[in-house]
Amino acid sequence: MKDDDRSRGAAGLAGLVAAGAIVAGVALAASSRKRGGGDVPDDAPGFTARGWMGGRSFGKYDVVGRSVTIGRPREELYAFWRDFGNLSQFMENVEKVQPVGEDGHCVWTFRAPAGRTVDVETRIVSEEEGRLIAWRSVDGSDIDTEGRVTFDDAPGERGTRVSVRVAYKPPAGELGRLIAKMFAREPEVQGRHDLRRFKMLMETGEIATSARRKDQTRAAKQAEKHQTKEEAA
Amino acid sequence: MRALTFQGTHDVRVDTVDDPEIINPRDAIIRVTSTAICGSDLHLYDGVIPGVMPGDVLGHEFMGEVVETGPGSTLKKGQRVVVPFTISCGGCFHCKIQQYSACDNSNPAEKQDASEMMYGHASSGLFGYSHMTGGYSGGQAEYVRVPFSDVGPIMVPDHLTDEQVLFLSDILPTGWMAAENAEIEPDDTVAVWGCGPVGLFAIQSALVMGAARVIAIDHYPHRLELARQLGAEVINFRESNVAEALMEMSGGIGVDAVIDAVGMESHGFAIENMLDVVKQKVGIGADRSHALRQALLAVRKGGRVSIPGVYGGLTDKFPLGALMEKGLQIRTGQTHVQRYMKDLLEKIEDGTLDTTFLISHRLPLELAADGYRNFKEQQDTWTKVVLKP
Ligand SMILES: NC(=O)c1ccc[n+]([C@@H]2O[C@H](COP(=O)([O-])OP(=O)(O)OC[C@H]3O[C@@H](n4cnc5c(N)ncnc54)[C@H](O)[C@@H]3O)[C@@H](O)[C@H]2O)c1
Ligand SMILES: [Zn+2]
Ligand SMILES: [Zn+2]
Repeated sequence: MKDDDRSRGAAGLAGLVAAGAIVAGVALAASSRKRGGGDVPDDAPGFTARGWMGGRSFGKYDVVGRSVTIGRPREELYAFWRDFGNLSQFMENVEKVQPVGEDGHCVWTFRAPAGRTVDVETRIVSEEEGRLIAWRSVDGSDIDTEGRVTFDDAPGERGTRVSVRVAYKPPAGELGRLIAKMFAREPEVQGRHDLRRFKMLMETGEIATSARRKDQTRAAKQAEKHQTKEEAA
Repeated sequence: MRALTFQGTHDVRVDTVDDPEIINPRDAIIRVTSTAICGSDLHLYDGVIPGVMPGDVLGHEFMGEVVETGPGSTLKKGQRVVVPFTISCGGCFHCKIQQYSACDNSNPAEKQDASEMMYGHASSGLFGYSHMTGGYSGGQAEYVRVPFSDVGPIMVPDHLTDEQVLFLSDILPTGWMAAENAEIEPDDTVAVWGCGPVGLFAIQSALVMGAARVIAIDHYPHRLELARQLGAEVINFRESNVAEALMEMSGGIGVDAVIDAVGMESHGFAIENMLDVVKQKVGIGADRSHALRQALLAVRKGGRVSIPGVYGGLTDKFPLGALMEKGLQIRTGQTHVQRYMKDLLEKIEDGTLDTTFLISHRLPLELAADGYRNFKEQQDTWTKVVLKP
């Protein structure tokens, strides 16, 4: 990549944002509480707070979250997720996730706009077998992000409630703000789609597509788009 | 392959499009031997269902021969199957409790957003319908890619003709579920609005389920005649005041259960329906719910309301007070087709149900556009069109 730093930063944010959505989330302690002075705090997750523009940011971080109930046992879902290489099967903007070293470090390769890719290295910050995985970008990453996924037994025979939360800090400066604006809703949408695909994969063994031919699926088009952009670059 | 494609409101054409291929492991490819045009297709044709795109292959009532299977399919090449119009995974929470049209996993992830915004949740994928239900290529074509082919398609025996079993794909289960949703009891009088294929199968099902009387309402003489031949009494809403007639015919009680087999494009010149027509034309998302309003007033206190007719948006002047004050129950939904196919196949085989009486026209697929036009404009005599690819 020969882009200057600014555009790399831009691509980085977009990717990250997307990534964040894709990935899962960290425990930003703040995001589990509502901000400000409501009279009686309610039990809703903090990221569901009402408000426009900035209503879902906590400190310098934007937070997105989403839960899905999947009809499979907790341990199975945990194991699938913990094997980070699997994540690109349902996270559309993640090209690959590669473990580096042995202590849970991974390099995530995100598809960014204009055929670029952005790498972010993360480490595992906490982990509970069968219940929780939390990660954070290592110091000095282009994008400052943390994510957390939790697995809880759903009532009765309903399987497991999977909750993902991702926090990310948009890069500073004019450009950062611009990009943050452009992609304001993107992580949320992407995260929602990714979780639906995770559920499909776990419950049915495949990801639904209404394409008539293999080369018309969303995944195929995405890869192709990326391919040609890369070649052109 | 050749397929009937949507181009725009009242513009459908048979075109050459890419053949389908196996994409996911549980897929199968079906070579269509018979397919039909449904009242739901008319809602698409009339442009009142959002999310239908130029080039979409329509059709959700079809059957045929298995020609290719993915490694996860349980079908075998050469098998003769009827395919349900609801695409369902069989393994999610909803499928496990037989709410197949609510399947979580068949509507592609990125297609669910619009429904989630409009309805709170997305329903299952459907063949040949809106992109809100997946945008799957439909059955008015030579070939169809059928996802989750280990769950949906049902094998049919060779001694039954295509025309006897084709409607297992939709309207027969839909009529049956409509009657089931009316929770019919032995001495009941049931009123059915609409004598299209869905209404006619609902009438037949209600009688099989033991309704004492069925009263059918429409304005087309030939369709009313078909209802009468099934054993229903009939009311022509152009000639009689429906509300008054139903009160009289039920001895002042009101009918025990009502079935709205009309849906979002009610005919009629009642003042509130004319307003609905205008609102639907200018595209402000209003459904024409005249028949349903009438049904809610005609049903007795504590009665049951079953709605197989399709609605897609919002409606107003809805008699909410009648619903609450009379303590009514409403049941509705896209049909959970897979739940009924096996039982209904048996009822076709043993002669309990007749499925062929309503077919009025048989056309080659190439003439499908004529089929649409006539099914819309000559409703009285064009009661059901079967297409042959
Ligand atoms: N729930 C499901 O899964 C499902 C499946 C198939 C069809 N449908 C829906 O069922 C409905 C009927 O389908 P169809 O194939 O029988 O359609 P159709 O268009 O052939 O029949 C509708 C009939 O209703 C009559 N009608 C119109 N306005 C009326 C009124 N005010 N009072 C009485 N009758 C009136 C028409 O004259 C016509 O005969 C449609 O809305 C269709 O989309 C639902
Ligand atoms: Zn139909
Ligand atoms: Zn399902």
